[in-house]
Amino acid sequence: MKYSIFSLAKAALSGHKGWGRAWRDAPPKSHYDVVIIGGGGHGLATAYHLAHQYGIRNVAVLEKGWIGSGNAGRNTTIIRSNYGLPGNTGFYELSMKLWERMEQDLNYNAMVSQRGIVNLYHSDAQRDAFARRGNTMRINGIDAELLDRAQIQQMMPFLNFDNARFPIQGGLLQRRAGTARHDAVVWGYARAADLLGVDIIQNCEVTGFVRDHNGKVTGVETSRGRIGAGKVGMAVAGSTSRVAGMAGLRLPIESHVLQAFVSEAIKPLIPGVITFGAGHFYVSQSDKGGLVFGGDLDGYNSYAQRGNMPVMEDVCEGGMALMPMIGRIRLLRQWGGIMDMSMDGTPIIDKTPVDGLYLNAGWCYGGFKATPASGLVFAHLLATDTPHEEAKRFRLDRFERGAMIDEKGQGAQPNLH
Amino acid sequence: MRIACPFCGERENGEFTYLGDAKPKRPAITAVDAGKGSEGEQDVFYDYVYLRDNVAGVMSEYWYHGGGCRSWLVVERNTLTHEISSVRAAPGTGAAAAKAGSEYAKAGAE
Amino acid sequence: MASHQSHRLPKGGLVDRTKAVDFTFDGKRMTGYAGDTLASALVANGVTLVGRSFKYHRPRGILTAGPEEPNALVELRTGARREPNTKATTVELYDGLVALSQNRWPSLAFDVMSVNSLASPIFVAGFYYKTFMWPAKFWESLYEPAIRRAAGLGRPSGVADPDHYDKAWAHCDVLVVGSGPTGIAAALAAGRTGARVILAEEDRIAGGRLNSDGGEIDTMPAAEWLASALAELEGAPNVRVMTRTAVFGVYDGGVYGALERVNDHVPVPAKHQVRQRLWRIVAKRCVVAAGASERPIVFPGNDRPGVMMASAVRTYIERFAAAPGQRLALFTNNDDGWKTVETAHRAGLGIAAVIDSRGEVPQQYRSLAQQGGFSVLNGTVSGVRGSKSGVTGVDVALVGGGSANVAADVLAMSGGWNPSVGLASHHRGRPKWRDDIAAFVPEGCPPGMSVAGAANGDLSLGACLRSGHAAGFAAAAECGHAGANHSAPAATDESSAIAALWHVEGKQKAFVDFQHDVTASDVALAQREGFESVEHLKRYTTLGMATDQGKNSNVTGLAIMAELTGRSIQQTGTTIYRPPHVPVAIGAFAGHHREESFHSTRLAPSHHWAAERGAVFVDTGLWKRAQWYPLPGEKDWLTSVTREVLAVRNGVGFCDVSTLGKIDVMGKDAGTFLDRVYINAFSSLGVGKARYGLMLREDGIVMDDGTTSRLAEDHYFLTTTTAKAGPVMQHLEFCRQVLWPELDVQLTSCTDQWATFSIAGPKTRDLLREIVDPAEDLSNEGFPFMGVREVQLRGGMFARLYRISFSGEMAFEISVPARYGDALARNLMIAGEPFGVTPYGTEALGVMRIEKGHVAGPELNGTTTADDLGLGKMMSKKKDFVGRVMAGREGLVAPNRQVVVGLKPVDKAQRLRSGAHIIPKGAAVGPETDQGYVTSVCHSPMLGQWIGLGLVERGRERIGEIVRAHDPLRGEDYEVEICNPVFYDPEGGRQRG
Repeated sequence: MKYSIFSLAKAALSGHKGWGRAWRDAPPKSHYDVVIIGGGGHGLATAYHLAHQYGIRNVAVLEKGWIGSGNAGRNTTIIRSNYGLPGNTGFYELSMKLWERMEQDLNYNAMVSQRGIVNLYHSDAQRDAFARRGNTMRINGIDAELLDRAQIQQMMPFLNFDNARFPIQGGLLQRRAGTARHDAVVWGYARAADLLGVDIIQNCEVTGFVRDHNGKVTGVETSRGRIGAGKVGMAVAGSTSRVAGMAGLRLPIESHVLQAFVSEAIKPLIPGVITFGAGHFYVSQSDKGGLVFGGDLDGYNSYAQRGNMPVMEDVCEGGMALMPMIGRIRLLRQWGGIMDMSMDGTPIIDKTPVDGLYLNAGWCYGGFKATPASGLVFAHLLATDTPHEEAKRFRLDRFERGAMIDEKGQGAQPNLH
Repeated sequence: MRIACPFCGERENGEFTYLGDAKPKRPAITAVDAGKGSEGEQDVFYDYVYLRDNVAGVMSEYWYHGGGCRSWLVVERNTLTHEISSVRAAPGTGAAAAKAGSEYAKAGAE
Repeated sequence: MASHQSHRLPKGGLVDRTKAVDFTFDGKRMTGYAGDTLASALVANGVTLVGRSFKYHRPRGILTAGPEEPNALVELRTGARREPNTKATTVELYDGLVALSQNRWPSLAFDVMSVNSLASPIFVAGFYYKTFMWPAKFWESLYEPAIRRAAGLGRPSGVADPDHYDKAWAHCDVLVVGSGPTGIAAALAAGRTGARVILAEEDRIAGGRLNSDGGEIDTMPAAEWLASALAELEGAPNVRVMTRTAVFGVYDGGVYGALERVNDHVPVPAKHQVRQRLWRIVAKRCVVAAGASERPIVFPGNDRPGVMMASAVRTYIERFAAAPGQRLALFTNNDDGWKTVETAHRAGLGIAAVIDSRGEVPQQYRSLAQQGGFSVLNGTVSGVRGSKSGVTGVDVALVGGGSANVAADVLAMSGGWNPSVGLASHHRGRPKWRDDIAAFVPEGCPPGMSVAGAANGDLSLGACLRSGHAAGFAAAAECGHAGANHSAPAATDESSAIAALWHVEGKQKAFVDFQHDVTASDVALAQREGFESVEHLKRYTTLGMATDQGKNSNVTGLAIMAELTGRSIQQTGTTIYRPPHVPVAIGAFAGHHREESFHSTRLAPSHHWAAERGAVFVDTGLWKRAQWYPLPGEKDWLTSVTREVLAVRNGVGFCDVSTLGKIDVMGKDAGTFLDRVYINAFSSLGVGKARYGLMLREDGIVMDDGTTSRLAEDHYFLTTTTAKAGPVMQHLEFCRQVLWPELDVQLTSCTDQWATFSIAGPKTRDLLREIVDPAEDLSNEGFPFMGVREVQLRGGMFARLYRISFSGEMAFEISVPARYGDALARNLMIAGEPFGVTPYGTEALGVMRIEKGHVAGPELNGTTTADDLGLGKMMSKKKDFVGRVMAGREGLVAPNRQVVVGLKPVDKAQRLRSGAHIIPKGAAVGPETDQGYVTSVCHSPMLGQWIGLGLVERGRERIGEIVRAHDPLRGEDYEVEICNPVFYDPEGGRQRG
């Protein structure tokens, strides 16, 4: 049933008994043209775009747990395209354009909300770096504005302008940035892909790859049996090294824990997304009213999906430095996700050295905003065996070639990106 | 997380800085002639600098006690549970290393 | 004076009737007693309507008596201290307390938003995902703002929190969480062995359910036993009892987070006292004795004010002597619920009826009903009658058909008990279902933790005492404290038999999650649409995401889902339990590190002197550095900076450069070591000489630069940039300790030990001769460029002199022990007066370095190679060094890389700005024609115009080319000339002079 206010009102008359499953509970078939490992946002968006754009509908998405139960369902929901380096700029803007039409594309309200993002700066050097970045954005046709202190104060009078250790001097604003309802993105893609014939198979863990005598991947072994595949795409974020390891691959990726936090729901306080330039803190407020905030990685390799107190304290210190009005608001929940940190802080979307196996990984902690474009370009790669125009720099061999895309300039130290 | 520094005792992980997997070994310093080093060295260094096992389980890793004695430590830690099974000093920590010279280093590096 | 307490029982309770406490709720003045919570005081005053729900704005009362309260949330205090969403059940009453109900307008009794309830047939779980999509623009402009305004709960203060928070560490052998019978027994058992014990209790007083349920322990009344146990614990030097302290999280290595509410029970913390304290408790072992919480039954009308948890009814009566009603009905599926009837009957309340869903009710309760003259109905509650201010009657569907009506003003419900599995599951343990008690118990506890008592499913008092004792004793033994094992305190094992009942069908809404208005039909809708995993259920319906963190709703919700899907409850599973176990104020996590105390501040040795002169300071990392020294009458920064530059170029000036990182590198292999970490050679550097060095990261990108001097055969003195002092030290220690332990070399950071001033300008020697002992030869021959040596100062003190120059002028750096830095600055001013000595700041320093084309932070941006910076020739071809191999990758030696060049606007009046991009003249602006950007700019007094450095594609091949500086952010686009980056004195004659 198409979703609309009319169908909703009609369903209400029958006590909402008429709604069917948002996506089918598909049993695995013996063979698919493409098998996507990973039922997060990226995997589901890939399947949707394969079916929708490239007409490949004999597709399965395999998820070891429940769709969206990894980072797609545990992030701070920010969408933006304020990147500064060639390769990233165009890609994230492609993503932003897809966010802007997501509801219409998917017939699902993912609550894409363009309330803006402000990256605050606190020094001349930071201002100059933001000027460089903002100009890159403008040259690429992306909206960006450089604000001074007075403009920031007018826009967000609740920030600490009086007694800051690192006074706010201004900020880089992208008005088209904002947030989206992360779970709805997962469900929207799942439903839309399902309607196009994609099989979404939950509780199906991949345990190995099936290879032919040439070493080509021809399928996967799973907890629900062997599934044949023309091509296999991996979109498994923090589990990338583990899955790729089953095919004998070592990758330029480390898995790290990133914590995030949400407060109790309160009446509207913070309009858009704010990032603090002098500490590890960024924040937005969800439609439900909770402050959603986070900061830096814990810093050590981890698959534990939970973090420790020093980072939690560091983040809250940043919050209290920037907006001491949040002191009495209570932190309700903290969680930790496994980030697939690449060696230059930039994703990898490429064929692997193993024939038939394709890689979509290295999202660091920026994967959510990339969801729609990641799906599109990965679908393009799987369908055509050539990189999408906006992903041609996200190659796996860029480290060997010395063509890193290092926005932070931190080098091969994943926990600093 | 608490790390038992062999020099300072058990301390909170906020005092330490993490580097990463201690398994990749840096290729040895080599003779260089007219800017050229050893054969195939770029591949070896690519492997050392960029590729990771990204262990899900017990991993030995480098931590730096920057908030304490400035020693580099080799910590055996489980990345699935964060449980630490051993902590030892890197071979060149402390003043003893220099006196004992390469023999100590050899023993320390195992 | 305030009203009398209409529902206060005539006697009993742990309240102090001699201390009346005045407070207001929604502006109405009332009185309670010391020892009350806000909730118990409201109950005592007969208040039933306390709040409004999140989505439908339904009227709500008080459901519980503890930290799991979902309904009775208030805005506590006023002004800057206003705390939204504060649970009335946890607020200790104090004189002058002000509380407002929240999420309602204009008033609690008449809330306009309660029209949402009328639209509830549409506003089902997940309705917003299906609508508000057309027209697309309306989401941000119309729909979402309306949703945002309606959502949320209480109003935050919106202004800075005026209170202080503290952070502290505590260490112990055994941490006992919870001071109910289990916790007390555990603490006694552990404490008696001599182990160091911390007993943490969230409540104001220890005792847990003993304060509500009484009982008999070791043949004493429970209160008496509790008092003597507490006296023993408080008297033991190895035991610390921490009340008002909630353990909220279990972290790695036996670290437990806890929040102590130090001054929440007073209107305003006393001067110099904190509001709350965040504890990091490091414990070798932990006994979780956190008890259990009673769960609701999902029946029609279960959210009406006046429907209350059975155990809460007991608490209000026993502990607070406050009667939630006059005539009580009980709906239970277990024996424990019946205790409420006993308590109420004893307190003199009327008992209307007991509705027990089970066929069999124990004989003792049947007798009680006979004595009390009330009926026992075998059935379920099918509806609740009443108004927004309370219950008037209960509809009962009888087993075997038929119905009954019961007139009552309070309905107690008991759906059984949920052990508090949260803390035990913080390391992602998944609780295990036990059919016998119809509840989850902990499984897969964090290392070092054991769980005892009700938290582990031991629901009787006797079992709690025994398991607490055993756990406490075992935990102490595991810490090496094996004392004599006393016998466990004894009590009877009362029955808590249960026959699970989760949900009763009916016409009225039946709530699973009270605060978030998730009903049983929402759970069914989620199941119908395929959201049947508990994680999907939670996310689709928002079940369990309220401020009670699902303590009332999670288990019930997943049990209903299990029924719908035909899976067992164990198969259905729980969501993941995450910290914090109770919500914690953000301010507590920050402690004192907020506002200007966010980070520490490092002051340069001449800071106070500079401040006296009115210097303007700039933050450089943690350092405060003098940026410029304005003189009276100077109209702007540029005037001051230009004056300072000209003073140096024409006379002499000095600048505090002590913030640069300084490292002593000593040992016979020091030269070899430096050869390996720098791209250029240092082993060949003569003693008494300095050399500029550049180091790479292992990936071939420039890490840092600085000047390193050789003070002796086996002693080098290395400097780093201010920003990289820490990272370089760490890197060098890694090289020394891990990569090349065989080298005889030691590193010592001495950044803070030396005060260093750069003295620059043609009159530098004139000034120095006033400071330095006349016997020292400072001539060009006696102290050549890049020379280094220790000199004696007038008066006998020693200093180090380095003849190095960042400004491009004849210059020395002089270093003295840091404690003499202030004196040196003052003496330089005195000695330099005849030469017009001028202190200069980082801004003038920056101008002069740009005029000289020296690279700094904006060029060393973590992506540039030595060659990009024009320093490729420094890379030795004769030795190995860190980064050498990776620096040779094709992408890093490509001819089209962006390299450092000079840039100057063609129009000399045009201001150049950092961050402008470089576009070829005549080309359309776009990503393909974006060839670089301006990295550093200054107004050059020597050239009389703005100049800058930039990174430009093939820049060195393009000297003289006119390109565009494109700056859409600032609406500018102008022509600039690419030029040699050394704008001033390219031959370098001045610094050698």
